[in-house]
Formats: sequence, structure tokens, C-alpha cells
Amino acid sequence: MKFLRYFVIAFAALLVWQGVIWVFHFPPFILPSPFSVFNSLVTHCLLIAQNAWPTVLEALLGLLFGGLAGIWAALCLSYFRWARSWFLPLLITSQALPIFAIAPLLVIWFGYGIASKIVVTMLMIFFPVASAFYDGLRRTPSEWLDLGQVMGASRLRSLWKIRIPSALPALGSGLRVAATFAPMGAVIGEWVGSSRGLGFLMLNANARMQIDLMFAVLFVLIVLTLILYFTVDKFLRKMIFWSSHA
Amino acid sequence: MNFSQNKPLSISVNNLSLKYHHHPLFDQFNFHLPGGSWTCLLGVSGVGKSTLLKLIAGLPTGVDHAIDSSVIVTSDGRPLAGRIAYMAQQDLLMPWLNVLENCLIGHRLRGQAVSKEEKNHALDLLRQVGLEKAASLKTSQLSGGMRQRVALVRTLLEERPVVLMDEPFSALDAITRLKLQDLAADLLIGKTVLLVTHDPLEALRLGDRVCILRGAPAELSEILVMESPRPRSPEDVNLLKRQAELLAQWR
Repeated sequence: MKFLRYFVIAFAALLVWQGVIWVFHFPPFILPSPFSVFNSLVTHCLLIAQNAWPTVLEALLGLLFGGLAGIWAALCLSYFRWARSWFLPLLITSQALPIFAIAPLLVIWFGYGIASKIVVTMLMIFFPVASAFYDGLRRTPSEWLDLGQVMGASRLRSLWKIRIPSALPALGSGLRVAATFAPMGAVIGEWVGSSRGLGFLMLNANARMQIDLMFAVLFVLIVLTLILYFTVDKFLRKMIFWSSHA
Repeated sequence: MNFSQNKPLSISVNNLSLKYHHHPLFDQFNFHLPGGSWTCLLGVSGVGKSTLLKLIAGLPTGVDHAIDSSVIVTSDGRPLAGRIAYMAQQDLLMPWLNVLENCLIGHRLRGQAVSKEEKNHALDLLRQVGLEKAASLKTSQLSGGMRQRVALVRTLLEERPVVLMDEPFSALDAITRLKLQDLAADLLIGKTVLLVTHDPLEALRLGDRVCILRGAPAELSEILVMESPRPRSPEDVNLLKRQAELLAQWR
């Protein structure tokens, strides 16, 4: 039933898209038809697949390293009281950084290859993961901590056995958001400077007025993002089985 | 460490003075918990019962200043830390652990390995509270009464001479509450128990002494001594008569 609903929504969107073209007579270089986009997807499937792989790798590695960095930052802020006053402003600043503006700098510092794209992706997802997990750690029910204190738990063991498991649902929320940002981060890095990837392919298609190819790449990017999101979501539901998200 | 063979531990609160947001909560307050018996502390919400219990437990209470270590003394002169088991109004079961793991949570939190004997002891206690088949269940599969029974087993497994209970059965329905009271009375033998409650019947059923806390700053206005063994039947006419007298005086 759920898939039927998704199919109906997708079909309705395609109808609206085609309907807009019929009504307003947009030229193909402004808004290509769904059929021409599908045709482009089939014609260039090998090219798209060859360029999808680097973007997927950048997104996954960026998600992994950015997630780990966010988790580490949240744990430090939670455990070391002095870290809050010194590093919390830095955490907030990381979110205020305009990624589009500093991406060229990152290409200069880390090169034209995969590293700069991974760093861009890490910067995009670091704050959602760190802030969500830190928030979860701060909101550990005090009654659990009281029980731990009476039972003789050390501060470290209280963090490991009570605070961290208690904060995992919040971390899960941050990781779900990060999963939707990661492909975008990889593409932004490719837009600034790359020789391969879906972002590179989009730029090239745009320069050659191959708007149908651009849309085809965009469609593939959306599908990849959805696959990544639902994979992360399924994994989190299994691991954090007690969370109300399940 | 098993403290059960030691002499019952009594606790005294001496000249406690405490303010909460600049309002006097206690002023030269004195309170005694006789060793090996149940003391029930009765009072309306906000009078300071839970604060007093948490002070004895060494837990944060949000009061204006820390108290001196000489205010709370034990009969053997040693600190209370590490000798208390605590049971709150919420069951405090951790949802990422199953029932058996929750019962043995004290060992995990202290970094102690769980021996086969301790595991069997936990399973035996679960059987005594009627949860022999629930050991591997997730906490989300338990009813409220079942959850508090697991909390009771967790408390017992700590094997501490002092048990502090802060309205542990107040969130349960009346029948389940009576059953849990019976279980607690049967299993917590030889311990020094402080039970904080706002239910007069519960206090009269379980307490060897029933103390009423009231006023601001809080004072003990009444101390009843109950001589019959616990748990006393809720259908006992004399008990119900005492409850009526208590309520009349309390109001």
C-alpha cells in the first residue's frame, strides 16, 4: 500500500511537470519534458554510472568521518566541563560557515581529488551530528544519573553505560539529517573543482545546454540520497530499537 | 560485598538546616532511622520528604548550599556512600537492556563481572516476584507493575543495608500497589528502610514507625509506632480506623 502511494505521488508529479510544459510551452533548454529526461537517462546511463561512483564514495566517507568527528566533539563537550565554554562557540561557528564560499579554499588546500569533497561533506554534517548528540547527552534523565551515583558508577562509566545509550536516539536524528546532506556536500565540492562525479557532470551538461542530462543527473542524485537515507534509517531502527522513531 | 550479616545500620539526621530558593525547608531538624526497621515518612507534596531522602542518599537536591558531613551520621560512624539501595517513583529501567540486565545493572555500573551465582540469584529473585519467564524480555514489553517488580529485584540484588524508597508504588493502580507492597515487605527483611509516601494506608501497612512531616520549615508532627508485623492487611478494621484518625489529624 505504501509503495502504491509513492507511485501515485511520483506519477502525479510527472503529470504536473508535463502539464506545466504543455500549458506554458517552455522550450527544452529551460524545462525538458519527463520523456526527454528519461531518454537522456537511458542514453547516458554508462556515463552517469561512471560518475555516480566517485560521488557516492565521497558522500559515504564524508558521512563516516563527519559523523565520527561530530560524535567525538559531542562527547568531549559533555565530559569535559571546561570544553563547553571554550569549544561550544566553535561548534556553533562551524554551522555559520558559508560552505559555498569556503569550498574553493578547500580545493586549494586539499587538492582537486576526493579529499576536498570529503572535507566539504564533513563540514556540512559535522554540526547536525554534534549538536544532536550533545543535546541528547545533556538531556539524560537525572533520575538515571541519580541511580548510577547511588550504585557507585564512576563519571566515565556513567557516560558510557547511561548517558551515551540514553543519547543514541538523538544521535540517530542527527545522522538521519546528515544522510540527506552528505550527497549534497559531495556535489558542492565537485562543483567547485573536480574532474569527475555527478556534480562535475551537471556542470558540464549545463555548459553544453544539455538540460535534459542535467535533470537526469539530478534525478539520480535524488535517488541516491533517498537510498542513503533509508539505509541509515533502517540501520538506526535496528540498533536503537527502544527509540520512539521505530 | 554482602552486608546482610552485619548489625542493622541506623541513621541520624542531626540539626539539619536547609533553604530552597531562600525559603527555609528545614531548621534544626532532627530525624532518626532505627536500624533494621521500616520508617515511613508521610507528608503533602512539596513539604521536603523527597529532599530529605535525597540528602540521606547523597544525591543533588537543588538546595541553596551543601550540608556538613556531620549532619547525617550512621551508627557505625562510617559514611553512607556505597551502602544504599535506591528505589524511585519511576522504575528507572533502562530500555536498551533486557529484564535480567536491568536487575544486574549495579554490577555493570561498577565495572564488576557478574558471576554465575549472582546471575542465578537474580533469576531466583525474578521467580519470587513472579517474573521467571521475563528475564530476556525487553522493558517495553512489561506492564507498570512488572516494571516496578524488576526495580524491586534490582534493589534487592544490590544487597545494601539501607534502602531508600521515594514513593515507589504511587504510579501504580490500587491492586498492583497492594501486591507490590506485600512483595517489598516480604523481601526487604533486616534492612533499614526509609519509605517516603503520600499514601497513609501504605505507611500504616508497611511502617514500623510512621512519621508525618509538615509545615515550613518542616517538622515531624506525629510519630506512630506500629507493633503488628508487616504487611498489615488493608482490610484490617483497626488499620482503617488508624488511617481515618491519621487523616483527621493531618488535615
